[in-house]
Amino acid sequence: MFTLKKLLSAAAVSASLATGLSAVVQAQSLGTPINESQLQGFDLIAQPDGSGYPAGSGTAMQGKAVFERRCVACHGMNGEGTNANTRLVGGDMQSEERPIRTVGSYWPHASTLFDYVQRAMPADAPKSLTSDEVYQVIAYVLHLNSIIEDSLVLNKETLMQVEMPNKDGFIDNSQAL
Amino acid sequence: MTKQDLEIVAANGLINRRHLLGLGLAGMGTVASTSLLGADAGLNLEIPGWSKQPGANASGYGSRSRFTDDMQRMSGNPNPLYPGGGASRSPLHQLQGSITPNSLHFERHHAGIPDIDPAQHKLVIHGLVRQPLVFSYEDLLRYPMVSKIYFLECSGNSGSLFGPNPADGSAQSLHGLVSGAEWTGIPLSTLLDEAGVDSDAQWINAVGADAASMGRSIPLNRAMDDVMLALFQNGEPVRPGQGYPMRLFVPGCEGNISVKWLTQIKLTREPTHFRDETSKYTDTQLDRKSQQFTFPMGIKSVITAPSGQMKLERQGIYQVTGIAWSGRGSIRRVEVSADGGRTWADAMIDSHQSEKALARFRIPWQWSGGDAVLQSRATDSQGNVQPTRTSLVTEKGNISTYHFHGIQSWAVNTAGDVANVYA
Ligand code: HEC
Repeated sequence: MFTLKKLLSAAAVSASLATGLSAVVQAQSLGTPINESQLQGFDLIAQPDGSGYPAGSGTAMQGKAVFERRCVACHGMNGEGTNANTRLVGGDMQSEERPIRTVGSYWPHASTLFDYVQRAMPADAPKSLTSDEVYQVIAYVLHLNSIIEDSLVLNKETLMQVEMPNKDGFIDNSQAL
Repeated sequence: MTKQDLEIVAANGLINRRHLLGLGLAGMGTVASTSLLGADAGLNLEIPGWSKQPGANASGYGSRSRFTDDMQRMSGNPNPLYPGGGASRSPLHQLQGSITPNSLHFERHHAGIPDIDPAQHKLVIHGLVRQPLVFSYEDLLRYPMVSKIYFLECSGNSGSLFGPNPADGSAQSLHGLVSGAEWTGIPLSTLLDEAGVDSDAQWINAVGADAASMGRSIPLNRAMDDVMLALFQNGEPVRPGQGYPMRLFVPGCEGNISVKWLTQIKLTREPTHFRDETSKYTDTQLDRKSQQFTFPMGIKSVITAPSGQMKLERQGIYQVTGIAWSGRGSIRRVEVSADGGRTWADAMIDSHQSEKALARFRIPWQWSGGDAVLQSRATDSQGNVQPTRTSLVTEKGNISTYHFHGIQSWAVNTAGDVANVYA
């Protein structure tokens, strides 16, 4: 326990009350150092610049089986969804009056698909897919949206090169007050 | 009791707010009269039973009166195709003041509420820092903390008002994704400074320990400002539904970025573009471009009583009351109209009003049994004025339904029924 008495006596031995207090503040460094290598199994963040992707690869042809086993119950046989929130294909940002916004029509980055499926899907057993299965199944979702060929081997490098139809559709508002 | 004259200050029965202070205003302007009722002969008061026997003992953990059990959050049925997903809404129409009890604070979860053992939980700060660090809950409890009163609002709150037809709803069902609390925690800058932010870092990427590992990217300059690692809510440890043992708290901003069950903060040059900042929580404009990272919640108010689905049982004086808030400052003024926005009167605002917090407003209103449309309009300390629904929807369209902050209209008909309308 920190008592006022201790604080005051600490201040008395130091040159001034101010330096005594700053010594107390510096003592409040309680974080334990850790290395990035110790976080490899913990950090799931995958960014558009290619950082954060695990090794592995897969094609849409392989992903079809994963999708049919692990995703269709909620997302439908062809990604048409079981409600508006789980539709994974279709939509057109320009032609529709109220555009249906999906991975295919709306998402600006393919990296988000990897990042999200790896961290959150399938919703009934998140983080249960291997890295290969994630590459495979997202290749299939991209293929269902006619964004890639079903033979393309998706991996860290090829994923970075996938261009999403709505890639220029967003305005960064992060600095607006 | 003496007969009191009440000054009418706007059409359809709005009464000078100063009557709430008990100030006599006789002789000023148009007056309405309260009637002095004769005594009810059948009403003979007796000592009730509970005054004749000892009551319950003190308890380790308090509970509310069984007569208030009907005060509940409103949530949808569990959906097996969205395990743990969904929201629960605060019963705004039953609450008073500007602090929401923790058990009635709104919730929104994307994959349910994790059951986190604080002794096992870790908070990691890494990426573009001098020294990556991991903190335990015990460690964090030893840091200097601050306590602040803030509102929290889901950016999807009130979203149905973007729709073409007014939904039959209550203050709770339409607007219940907002709550107010005192949050206590560590300024995030303290922990970021300890890790030592690299000059290249521009964003923090915050990730929760729930099953969705919900993530959001936040600009570093904002993260170093008034963002808090919140450990306590209204004096007790943050509840599981609010992120136990710890959550991020970003004052004034859409609730989703105040990441619950916070376990990871990674500093990077660029944002991650998480699913919940691209696919969701983005605002598609009429020109089909979409605003991303739309953080501050707009100036807003809503009358919580009388409000949708209530019934005024008899004519007379009612206290019109509600809450107002702004993500850009404190509430400076709330006006109330009883004639659909043609004439306005200033409501009383509680004086302990602070930045980015709920403000309670009140004004007396005499209902004479006719049609009325009650509205409230807030102004914040930056001069932002709450827009009408029509001007908001005209400007933003309704492709996206986030960030609705237009004026709510409650129609009262001659039967006393109160309903959501577009006026
Ligand atoms: C138990 C049901 C369920 C299963 C199984 C499931 N999902 Fe989902 N998925 C959901 C729900 C519900 C959402 C919306 C979550 C939210 O809004 O928070 C979702 C969202 C998504 C999204 C984001 C959609 C968008 O437009 O924002 C993607 C992509 C996705 N799922 C992919 C998959 C893949 C791939 C699989 C199979 C590996 C899968 N899901 C299995 C229920 C499921």
